Amino acid sequence: MLIPHPLLGLRDAQEFTYLGDANLMNRPDPNAPNAEAMFCDYVFLRDNPAGVHRELWYHEQGDRSWLVVTRNTVTHEILGAELASDVALAHREGSK
Amino acid sequence: MKFSGFKVIKEALTGHKGWTPLWRDPEPQSAYDIIIVGGGGHGLATAFYLAKTFGQARIAVLEKGWLGSGNIGRNTTIIRSNYLLPGNEPFYEFSMKLWEKLEQETNFNSMVSQRGIINLIHTDAQRDAYRRRGNAMRFAGADSVLLSREELREKVPFLNYDNARFPIKGGLMQPRAGTARHDGVAWGYARGADMRGVDIIQNCEVTGFKIEAGKVLGVETSRGFIGAKKVGVAVAGSSSRVMSMAGMRLPIESHVLQAFVSEGLKPTIPGVITFGAGHFYISQSDKGGLVFGGDIDGYNSYAQRGNLPVIEDVLEGGMALMPMIGRARLLRGWGGVMDMSMDGSPIIDRTGIEGLYFNGGWCYGGFKATPASGYAFAHLLATDRPHDTARAYRLDRFAKGYVIDERGAGAQPNLH
Repeated sequence: MLIPHPLLGLRDAQEFTYLGDANLMNRPDPNAPNAEAMFCDYVFLRDNPAGVHRELWYHEQGDRSWLVVTRNTVTHEILGAELASDVALAHREGSK
Repeated sequence: MKFSGFKVIKEALTGHKGWTPLWRDPEPQSAYDIIIVGGGGHGLATAFYLAKTFGQARIAVLEKGWLGSGNIGRNTTIIRSNYLLPGNEPFYEFSMKLWEKLEQETNFNSMVSQRGIINLIHTDAQRDAYRRRGNAMRFAGADSVLLSREELREKVPFLNYDNARFPIKGGLMQPRAGTARHDGVAWGYARGADMRGVDIIQNCEVTGFKIEAGKVLGVETSRGFIGAKKVGVAVAGSSSRVMSMAGMRLPIESHVLQAFVSEGLKPTIPGVITFGAGHFYISQSDKGGLVFGGDIDGYNSYAQRGNLPVIEDVLEGGMALMPMIGRARLLRGWGGVMDMSMDGSPIIDRTGIEGLYFNGGWCYGGFKATPASGYAFAHLLATDRPHDTARAYRLDRFAKGYVIDERGAGAQPNLH
């Protein structure tokens, strides 16, 4: 698989390590009244879709950036990649 | 039709014209007492033990494709009970004991062959860990033998003992472990269940659950609605997909695991051997092919195929361990979709929905568990209580902190 790194172009997936569902970026509020249950879901439960999946890859053998890669889990086709920091910033802007 | 030596000889002399289909191909009835979703090894074993041991009637197994078309036909056929943790080891040893009498129980040749498994030791620390594991196995009634380098050399002289980086210092052996004919296991259970009145309905995909007031009433399928008092789901690989139709999210990611087989060779590898420094395991099938595999690819996947880097990694492991296999040609490779759970251990439990039961999360170790998984799931479905050896496989163990993490890797499925 080749991952289209937004800064470095097409890079071999072997240069990356895989973390999982991009929702792991959305850590629950630790001060919420139901924080324990929310953290349990956050740590252990996954949507695990068959089809388009947004997921976190770390460019360990490259520029050490975290990417959000959109990939089809049925065909392994990679549909896009963004810097995770950009995704987080956009999310923060959106929630203001 | 009952199998016997006499029958085999008679058929051989009369042109094999007297064999009949091993199971019926029935139309689904409008309702059953118990529906098992998934006609793979675990689902068929569940139906078999429900009918045979727990005396249940009106059972159906619904299978999306053809019988045994999932991971029961895509594994590396290894059976063993060499686990460490108390939540796991008694269960897998129970499974090993069921393997030992499987062929008598099902009257079907599943080619269970107890040729032993050897986990190799490369460091002193690893010897300590395996000594502990061997003792844990014995606590649960399993067998284990710690082999010195010399004893190992007598059994398997062809290993690369003096690899500069990973010299082989010995091994932990379980003599009762071995291999079984994977398809034969599915066929044996299917035939045994069918003979006891279980309807095995193939090409019948479950498309939804009918749930009212927190109670399951049946399943919607590609062949219409089928009512049921109880529904057991045993569809490892697709667990998240199926259970999402009941509104559940699971502590599971689906990953692809590859396996490989070489051209047929004369008998050369006596049992199962696992590399202790990389992830590589190998055995030789009765046809002569070397059957081997290694790590999962490591990313979420529902494709029953993997990518080249893992193939390279597995073959490098093999070459480091036994350079002689470098001359053999790789015949084929394939991939299976695994339910990788958050602690690397399975789940056999009730759900929050009355009458809906779940069996999954088998990671890459489901084949060896087939008999005990079926037995324990049948026990749960029939009595509403977990089987003694499967008590720890609860769905709520993640919330309560009772995870069974053999690898100690945490909630990171691709590391288990």
